[in-house]
Amino acid sequence: MTATTQGGWLLVMALTLPAGAMLLAFVAGGRHARTISLAALGLWLVIAFAIAAQVQSGGAPLSYVIGGWQPPLGMALRADGLSAAMLLTGAVVLLAVALFGRTPYDTPRGAPESRAAYAFWCFVPALAASLAAAFLGGDLFNLFVALEMLTFTALALACLDGRPSQFKSELRYLLFALIGSVLYLLGTGLLYGAYGTLDIALLAGRTRADAPTMVAGALMTAGLIAKMALFPLHLWLPPAHAGAPAAASALLSGLVVKGAFVLLLRLWFWVLPAPFVLGGASVLAALGATAIVVGSVVALRQERLKLLVAYSTVAQMGYLFLMFPLLAAADAETASRAWLGGVLQAISHALAKAAMFLGAGLVAASLGHDRVNALGGAARAMPVTVIAFALGGLSLMGLPPSGGFSAKWLLLRASVETGQWWWSLVILAGGLLTGGYVYRIVAAALSAPAPGCMARPVPRAQEYCVLALAVASMLLGVLPLYAFGLVRVGAP
Amino acid sequence: MTGTDILALAACGLVAIGLYGLVAQAEVLRKIIAFNLLGAGVFLLFGVVARRGAAAGLGGDPVPQAMVITGLVVAFAATALALVLTLRLYQIAGAATVAEDPPERTASEP
Repeated sequence: MTATTQGGWLLVMALTLPAGAMLLAFVAGGRHARTISLAALGLWLVIAFAIAAQVQSGGAPLSYVIGGWQPPLGMALRADGLSAAMLLTGAVVLLAVALFGRTPYDTPRGAPESRAAYAFWCFVPALAASLAAAFLGGDLFNLFVALEMLTFTALALACLDGRPSQFKSELRYLLFALIGSVLYLLGTGLLYGAYGTLDIALLAGRTRADAPTMVAGALMTAGLIAKMALFPLHLWLPPAHAGAPAAASALLSGLVVKGAFVLLLRLWFWVLPAPFVLGGASVLAALGATAIVVGSVVALRQERLKLLVAYSTVAQMGYLFLMFPLLAAADAETASRAWLGGVLQAISHALAKAAMFLGAGLVAASLGHDRVNALGGAARAMPVTVIAFALGGLSLMGLPPSGGFSAKWLLLRASVETGQWWWSLVILAGGLLTGGYVYRIVAAALSAPAPGCMARPVPRAQEYCVLALAVASMLLGVLPLYAFGLVRVGAP
Repeated sequence: MTGTDILALAACGLVAIGLYGLVAQAEVLRKIIAFNLLGAGVFLLFGVVARRGAAAGLGGDPVPQAMVITGLVVAFAATALALVLTLRLYQIAGAATVAEDPPERTASEP
């Protein structure tokens, strides 16, 4: 039985505030849209922080029963440690990206509003609302709707520039996402037919290891990994993420794929029966390990900076799947370590990758191209951006002290403790390959400018947004471990 | 075999045709139609679930029916979005396929 807890209204606010801001921005337009959107995102960060504080201090998940109708008839919003931590990450990244977007999506006073600026300021709060729905949703059907909202807003942001090559890769992204969500919906239907409810708390521990549940689990998992671009379904991601404008790439790579990740965790560790999880976890981790190796090797060979960063997303998403077998077959202490490691990887990747995509966008804007071999002089023209890019890279590599280091260290330790040492080899090899492609970029950026290279200066304010994100991903690594007690609240 | 079973088999058939079309067809418009067939199969399955869950003198369980309505709205929005993108792609590029370009054209232009 779910009851509305103290502070449950915060969950409603987290959902309705950005949705309301989107509608207001849509009506007001022009310069007002920007003001409304930025104010809402600032407030949203405060709400996310309040939710995280409440979950951490109370040590128990928050919940809100909408309209007082109990599940299974009504629906509930829930925030456990995972939701609270992801919501906070989403709020930080969205605010930083929105502040970054103030320059390219500016509407000068008196000038008519441009289509791109209007769309950007409407869809950024819309993305916030969809993320809140995906992180806080308490039943599988609501999560389907949240997943679709995420896809639509992400797609609109990715198409802001309106170039032909962009439309093609974004259309391919949409088709992959649609297959993914239909498969997810099909699984939802089967689960409802078997159990008569889709409420996650009601399903938890009650599912049987029979044929309908197994088929539903397999369909929903396939749908979600298509949305997360796990190897071998990763081919749509690099062109879609690299073709989008910088601010949109940062949101797509940092946040949108994490929405499907949270759903996958909910499905596997709350809903599906233990035999399915035990049997399937190694398969997911093997695909994740392949993604780490293939994604990193292909990234190493890229000519274009943005494509390189996008392939790195394929590799870094692979790490998230390594937590599955470690959680499924471990004692409580080790499982808790693997859980923390996986969630921390999602958070630190969100911050670091957003910084790297914004940085890559600034470099491309300044030099007029993004060929990796011709980045010479970039460090001289925009030292802050290159430092931020390198800091983000350090976090991806997993060098201390960074969020990426803590995440990979926890996963490494859990894999050795459970006797599954082969995953630790993949983690280490992935770190080395990441070091390789980050070095390639930073070394090129530090080299002397080629003759005739004209680096235009970029706005300082934008550079500091990038730096703030990169520093945040480093700071995760120096936080004492008790600060992550939040992530453990309500963990499976 | 009851009517519900026939509907369930029809749902499976629609899902199979839709999935085949989505994977095998290169034309975007055909892919979108296939997506709608697939969606129709899934919604029919929800209808079957609703019929089988009928209790307390009702003709069917109302909850899956409510879900179908929501699902229809989402699928409609998705189709509209995909069609707009396809139309823009056709206007700009002169053809509406998502087949691979030669590598130098798919690389993102700065």
